[in-house]
Amino acid sequence: MKLAVTAQGIDLDSAIDPRFGRCQYFVIIDPDTEEFEAIANQSLTTSGGAGIQSAQFLADRKVDAVITGNVGPNAARALQGAGIEVYTMTSGTVREAVKAYKEGKLSTVSGATVGPHFGMGSGAK
Amino acid sequence: MKELLVISGKGGTGKTSLVGGFAVLAENKVLADCDVDAADLHLLLKPTVRETREFYGSKKAVLDHERCTGCGVCVEACRFGAINMGKGHGNTKVQIDPISCEGCAVCSYACPRGAITMKDNLSGYWFTSDTPYGPLVHARLGVAEENSGKLVTQVRRTARSMAEDQGLDYIITDGPPGIGCPVISSISGVDLALIVTEPTVAGTHDMERILQLARHFDTKTMVCINKYDLDEGKAEEIERYCHDEGIQVAGKIPFDEELVNALARGVPAVTPADSGFNQREGRASKAIRELWMKVSSCLE
Amino acid sequence: MVIAVASGKGGTGKTTIAVNLALTLERDMPVQLLDCDVEEPNAHLFLHPLLDVSEKVTLPVPVVDHSKCNGCGRCSEVCAFNAIIAIGTHVMVFPELCHGCGGCSRFCPMSAISEEPREIGVVESGHAGQIEFVQGRVNVGNPLAPPVVRAVKSKIDARQVKVVIIDAPPGTSCPVVASLKDSDFCVLVTEPTPFGLNDLVLAIDVAKELDIPFGVVINRSGLGNKDLLTYCRREKVPVLLEIPFDRRYAACYARGGRLVEEFPELKEAFRRLWQRIRALATTGQTEFRGPS
Repeated sequence: MKLAVTAQGIDLDSAIDPRFGRCQYFVIIDPDTEEFEAIANQSLTTSGGAGIQSAQFLADRKVDAVITGNVGPNAARALQGAGIEVYTMTSGTVREAVKAYKEGKLSTVSGATVGPHFGMGSGAK
Repeated sequence: MKELLVISGKGGTGKTSLVGGFAVLAENKVLADCDVDAADLHLLLKPTVRETREFYGSKKAVLDHERCTGCGVCVEACRFGAINMGKGHGNTKVQIDPISCEGCAVCSYACPRGAITMKDNLSGYWFTSDTPYGPLVHARLGVAEENSGKLVTQVRRTARSMAEDQGLDYIITDGPPGIGCPVISSISGVDLALIVTEPTVAGTHDMERILQLARHFDTKTMVCINKYDLDEGKAEEIERYCHDEGIQVAGKIPFDEELVNALARGVPAVTPADSGFNQREGRASKAIRELWMKVSSCLE
Repeated sequence: MVIAVASGKGGTGKTTIAVNLALTLERDMPVQLLDCDVEEPNAHLFLHPLLDVSEKVTLPVPVVDHSKCNGCGRCSEVCAFNAIIAIGTHVMVFPELCHGCGGCSRFCPMSAISEEPREIGVVESGHAGQIEFVQGRVNVGNPLAPPVVRAVKSKIDARQVKVVIIDAPPGTSCPVVASLKDSDFCVLVTEPTPFGLNDLVLAIDVAKELDIPFGVVINRSGLGNKDLLTYCRREKVPVLLEIPFDRRYAACYARGGRLVEEFPELKEAFRRLWQRIRALATTGQTEFRGPS
C-alpha cells in the first residue's frame, strides 16, 4: 500500500500543503513501515492542468490513496479515473496525517472540494 | 492572513487609485500588482526594486534551418497559422512566427527531420520591491506575450509567501481588467473581491460580467461605485442591482479632481492619518478612508 | 482599410473613439465596426445594433473511441496543455484545457481519437444604422479569447466595405495581438496621466512589434499633466486628436450617448481625425512610424 501526502517540506514533520495540483512536495509513504520518499512537485510551474498532471504522476507511481487539503474538479476526476482514494486534512504535519489515516479518522471525498484554480495563488489560510 | 483583490471588469474605473489609497491606510500588508499586462501601481508607490527574476511563460517552436528540407509538413500541421513557406530566411524559406505560435509542439512531433525544437521563451520579469508603504510584488510581461495567467500566479505566490514569512495581515492585490485568463488566476481563492465600477452603461455591463465570474468561482464580493456623482441616477441603478443580488455596496467615491491631480503628481490620493493634512482632505480621499474601514471589517 | 483602436490601459476611451469614428463616417462610406474586446464587449451599448445573426465559436476537442484505444499514452505525451492524459491504460479528456491543436488525434497510432466542436463563445452580427456591426463574446469562465477574436475578424468584408474599425481589448497580450494583427493603422487612445503615459509606451511597443503605423488620441486632455505631450513631441509620435475633459462629455458617455451627435464641435474633430488617419495610413508610412 502506498500513501501520498501533499506537503510543504521533505520530511514527516513538514506541514501538509492544502493545495493538491500546486503543492510543494509529495511525500509518498508506506504507512506500515513508514518508509518514505519526498518528491518535488513538477506541476508547480505548469501553466494549466497542474491537478491533472499531479494525478497522473501519482498514478504512474502506483499510489493507492492521497491525503491533501483540497482538490479541484479536474484533479478529482483524474484521481477517480486512476482509482486513487482522496482523504482530506487541511492542517497538521505529514506524520499526523499518516497517523490519522491509520486510525481511520480521515474521511474520503469523491468529488471536488473546491472550485477550479483554487491552488493557483492561494495556499494555507 | 487575508487576501483582498481589487478588480473591475472594465478598465479605467479607478482600481489602481483605490489600491494606492489602501496602501496608505492598511497596516501590515504586502501589495501585489496582478495587472501584469499594463502594471501601474508602481507609478504611485515608487518602489525600490530588491530582486528581479526572469519569467518563462511558454515554449515556442524554433526551427533549425540546417536540418530543414522544406517539405512543408509543419505548415500543414500547424493550426495557428504560425508557420509560413517562402517568407523566411535560410535555404528553405520556412519561417515560424513566434507571435502566432501557441506552443502546442505539434510541428516538432510532425517534422520528419527533427528540425523543430520547443524552447523556453523569456516572456517577462517579476520583481520584489520595497515601497514607503510596505513590500510590493509586481511584474512586467513582455510585449505581445501570452500566458499572463501564469505570471499572475507567480506574483500571487510570491506575495503570499512574503506575507507568511513576515507575519503580515493582508495581501492587497490590484487585479487585471476583463474576465479572461489573468483574471481567473487572480480571483481564485481570494477572501474578498472588491469590484470597482462607475456609473456608466459600460461600467454597469462589465460589473455584471465580473460578478458572474466571481459567482462561478464562489468568491465573496463587495462593490464600490467610483465617480458616482457623474451620473447619480445610474449610480442608484447600480445600488438597486446590488441590493437585489444581495451584494453589499461598500462605498461611493465622488469624482474629485484632487484624485486626478494626485495621480498626475504620482502619489496616492490619501495621506497617512498622522501627517497632519487631514483638515485639507478632499471628498474622494475621505470616501476612500471610509471604504477601507468597511472592507477591512468585512475581511475580519 | 482596417483601423484598430487600442490602448495599453483600459478605460481611456477606446470604445468611444471607435464608435464615434464609425458614426462620423457611416453616411459617407460603407463602414464595418468589429468589437474585438470579447471579454467585455461594450460598443453595442452605444450603437444598439440589431443583431440578427449569432454563430457559435468552437474549438475542436478530442473524443476517444475506447474500443480502439490501446492505452499507449502517446496522446498524453504530445499534449502540451495537460488536456488529455493516460492513467494506466485509461485515457481521459479535459476539454476546457484543450487549445484545439489536433496533436492527439494526429499522432494516435490506433486512430482512436476524433474531434468534436466545443463552444467557447459567440460571434453576433447585424446593423446599427448604416454601420455593419460584428461583436464577439467569450463565455464566462473560459480563458480562450484569441480564437473568438479571430472568429470576429473572419467577418471582415474587405470587398464591400471601405473602412473597418476594430475596437480592441486593453493591454498588450495575446487577445490584443490577435485583434491588431494585419491592421493598416492603429489609433492608440490614452489620457494625460502617468498611468496613461506608461501604458501608451507599452501599446506603442505592440504596434511596432506588429509593424503597424500608429498615431495617438489624447482623451480628457487638460486633466493630469504635460508629460504625455512632451513624450509625443520628443519621440515624434503623431497626436491625431485631443479631446478636452468636459463633464458634459463624461455624462453623455455615462448614459451611453453619442458624442458626435450631441456636440457639433466633436463631429468636426472626428472628421479631422479621419483625415489624419487616412493621410498617415496611405502615404509616407515609414516617416510616421515613430522611433524605432
